[in-house]
Amino acid sequence: MFGAPTRLPMTQVELEKADGILEQFEDARGNLIPILQEVQSHFYYLPEEILRRIARKLHVPAAQIYQVATFYRCFSLKPRGKHLVQVCLGTACHVRGGQRILERVETETGAGASGTSPDFEFTVEPVRCLGCCALAPVMRVDRDTVAHLEIGKVRGVVNRYRPKARKETGNV
Amino acid sequence: MSDPRPLLRNVDDLAAAATRGRKTLYPDHPKILVGMATCGQAAGATEVLDAVREEVERNGLPYLVAETGCIGWCGQEPLVDVWLPGRGRVTYGRMKPGRARQIVRGISEDLKLEWAIGWMPGDENALSGKWTSYLDSHNGQFKGVPAYRDIPMFRRQMRVVLRNSGLITPQNLDEYIARGGYFALHRALTAMQPEEIIDHVTRSGLRGRGGAGFPTGKKWAALRRQRATPKYLICNGDEGDPGAYMDRTELESDPHAVIEGMILGAYATGASEGIIYVREEYPLAVARMLEAIAQTEAAGLLGADIFGSGFAFRLRVVKGAGAFVCGEETALIASVEGRVGEPRPRPPFPVEKGLWGKPTCINNVETWANIPVIVMRGGDWYASIGTATSKGTKTFCLVGQVNNTGLIEVPMGITLREIVEEIGGGVPKGRRVKAVQTGGPSGGCVPAEQFDLPVDYESLTKAGSIMGSGGMIVMDNSTCMVDIAKYFLGFLQDESCGKCFTCREGTQRLREVVTRISEGKGREEDLALLEDLSWLVKNASLCGLGQTAPNSVLSTLRYFREEYLAHIRERKCPAKVCRELITFTIDPVTCNGCGACVQVCSGQAILGEKKKLHVIEQARCTKCGACLETCKFDAVLVH
Amino acid sequence: MIRLTINGIPAEVEEGTSVREAARFLGIPIPTLCHEDGLTPYGACRLCLVEIGEAPRTKLVASCTQRAEAGMRVRTNSAAVERARKLLLELYVATCPQSKRIQDLASAMGMRQCRYEPKHELCIQCGLCVRMCEQQMMAGAIGFAYRGARRKVSRPFDMTSELCRQCGACLYICPVCELRCQGASAESTLCNGCLNFSPVCMQSYDDAMCFLDPCHACELPGPFRADVHVRLQPEKILKSPGEPE
Repeated sequence: MFGAPTRLPMTQVELEKADGILEQFEDARGNLIPILQEVQSHFYYLPEEILRRIARKLHVPAAQIYQVATFYRCFSLKPRGKHLVQVCLGTACHVRGGQRILERVETETGAGASGTSPDFEFTVEPVRCLGCCALAPVMRVDRDTVAHLEIGKVRGVVNRYRPKARKETGNV
Repeated sequence: MSDPRPLLRNVDDLAAAATRGRKTLYPDHPKILVGMATCGQAAGATEVLDAVREEVERNGLPYLVAETGCIGWCGQEPLVDVWLPGRGRVTYGRMKPGRARQIVRGISEDLKLEWAIGWMPGDENALSGKWTSYLDSHNGQFKGVPAYRDIPMFRRQMRVVLRNSGLITPQNLDEYIARGGYFALHRALTAMQPEEIIDHVTRSGLRGRGGAGFPTGKKWAALRRQRATPKYLICNGDEGDPGAYMDRTELESDPHAVIEGMILGAYATGASEGIIYVREEYPLAVARMLEAIAQTEAAGLLGADIFGSGFAFRLRVVKGAGAFVCGEETALIASVEGRVGEPRPRPPFPVEKGLWGKPTCINNVETWANIPVIVMRGGDWYASIGTATSKGTKTFCLVGQVNNTGLIEVPMGITLREIVEEIGGGVPKGRRVKAVQTGGPSGGCVPAEQFDLPVDYESLTKAGSIMGSGGMIVMDNSTCMVDIAKYFLGFLQDESCGKCFTCREGTQRLREVVTRISEGKGREEDLALLEDLSWLVKNASLCGLGQTAPNSVLSTLRYFREEYLAHIRERKCPAKVCRELITFTIDPVTCNGCGACVQVCSGQAILGEKKKLHVIEQARCTKCGACLETCKFDAVLVH
Repeated sequence: MIRLTINGIPAEVEEGTSVREAARFLGIPIPTLCHEDGLTPYGACRLCLVEIGEAPRTKLVASCTQRAEAGMRVRTNSAAVERARKLLLELYVATCPQSKRIQDLASAMGMRQCRYEPKHELCIQCGLCVRMCEQQMMAGAIGFAYRGARRKVSRPFDMTSELCRQCGACLYICPVCELRCQGASAESTLCNGCLNFSPVCMQSYDDAMCFLDPCHACELPGPFRADVHVRLQPEKILKSPGEPE
């Protein structure tokens, strides 16, 4: 599913894969966001080298690609953890303690404010509304949506995604 | 769906598809439906569906098993419906795989009605106006199970947009046609002129359902007048308001309604290409829409020469990339063009110069879904519903501190009180209802004293809020209005595109001042400052996001000024929410020393021996509230 | 040709002209921070707001991006416009107190209070540097990045682009860092040097048409304090205070 993050510099194999992805698209400015989405879905973030190639392909200055890549929340320019945890901070989730859930998730996963845990297992991000407001508070881990969260249940949910050897128990 | 689809070239082909569809929609064997929209899946519907399928297969039962969309009863998900020929459809709520298996096994003898929450003796079809009864002559009610028309949550609802949601299997085109789908398109392309369609839409009084409420007929007429080509139609599915998921539900549960609406719109306005823009955060909606478009193309209803009329229209899906501001028309267009979602000043309006500089009409998902009904029943029929200025129905997501949360559709003009108390069933026991927040971050809070207000565009605006896209969040006395203003400002600060100074800097400064107040460091002059700054941001910003950004502050200041004053003068948060102003303690009378709170405390601040009184060490308490949530003995107190 | 009135004065301009250009044609000044001839209008600073429409449906629009339309009635100095400008400049001064351009504008409006905490930022995101680089210098070496409160002007990937020719046009065009205001102190945030500057030219010259633009406070040696009248005495020239943070 979500594989190990790609770290710079990129290998030849990765670069060829990236070129393969780029070739599927026409050199039209309107394709920029679909290209970025496709690259991100393969590499789980947007490596700088690939963004520079996209700039060359579309004949625009790198500054413009950089602007688009940093503007939209779903893109990441930094390698992400194996599991993407998105805690919903929509209004319904907020009034049911969403912010506190986010803080607990950050602590439990070790991601903290920086977003990614040092062991690269988890990246934690707030999102604004997953559209499951009736079941607040909600969070999504990879493709699974977890509803009716409580602070006490966070550790159990996070543990489900840890590699077997390293489950956390006891007090935080 | 990999079978080759027969082409739908004329009304006979449609009728044949309808017949096929009715066989699975109203079969003569029992059928089990599982609600598989995103909120159903989030509640565990996938495991329930697997369990049902497995049980049916293992026992070789002659039952159909199918997925369906959302009937709107979100608080009871996962939902399982059992169709019994001649007897109607029974809805079971809060299903688990084990219970679902028991129901499947018991269909002929024991229906486990103790788990049933509703019974459908038939259905209303907005497209035809007809009621289809499911009953044969000698069958009446199920004991103890209320009929939908008697359930307060559903009694007042009028399902026009949501006509098929929760009734059909969204991936089944034949079922959509069996409910009258694509017949409006056929009539339009073979027997109506484009101007007639625009006339019906104008007479219907339909106003943009994305929130702005611009008359749809007027927009279409303006697009028709444009000479430049190609003309584009866009469906705005960038539902960014937190608390709103009507569009997601429609796209997942009845994608063809939107497609048919857009083809009709293209024929009326002369557009040749369409885009359905869906938020990236809605993967299921994207998937279902892609599937539906592929089916429609295979059937010949998209592409060239639809129904042999010579008219051609193409549709594609574009995914958003995580930017609330892209719900704004011009920012959405910029996003499709591969640019950052920075709104452009208007004039020129998109109808004149939109996507790639060409005439473009953007309408919300719900607006498009209404079109087939307006064409089929006529604009005058639609205008007979609602109030003088706000016609038709509106979907709302009723969420927050209310007993019946879910997706509803009601005629315009119904009062907030009827929605909150009758449909919503009021707030949980022991609490007092305080306000209803509508319109998302661009909207405001309407206090309980104003609940006799009719829900329509003008009344809500006059009360200091807006209709918005349909998010309706009920708040009780455990919600702090200063905290709510702070929350929305934080949201807008992140989501502002940042181009114009007033919005970028203004939302930051507003948040700064409100945060200070919530921390007990506010000053009396701060209220005047908030009002001045709100006036500036409202009147000087470039786009709708900035212009409505101060609404949360303005409406809470208008109706809940005493809460702000309490934070400023007494340094108290009456609702006990603002962290710097509250303290958690443990009641020595009720605490029994079970230690459950120690396990969840994030600051390791609770000390105590087993079976003895536990104490919170204030210096280490992070006010996270985990102990309050966990304690089963109500021993945790908040001051 | 489009016919409209500005402050009651009739004007006739070509289709596509902005309201700002139409006003300039009539000699009516409108303040701005993000507009520059030769660069596309941007509409970010909001200082050029004017009022259009008829009561009760009046609205404030940015004159640099608003298309002049037939029959428009434009007011460049109505009560709403003045209120907006004052509130805007209050925010600008709090964001960049050391910008002389901004302090001059604030003084010209007679601003006496700034109710916000000063931020001492070095950029108001007017976009002039980005547009200059892209449109006049044809390089495109810098651009905006991120959005909302985190938005900033940036080099791509925080590295100088190979397209940058070190021409310095971005520095030249910046309204904030071109000239530092020496008058603003930490306590008051507002300079108002020219308002407290004595002698005021009108007292010395009958025919002077003083627009307080630019403020002379910085061009004279010596420190200024906003709340103190200072008589200029060349022999008591002191060193200017060090660069504010």
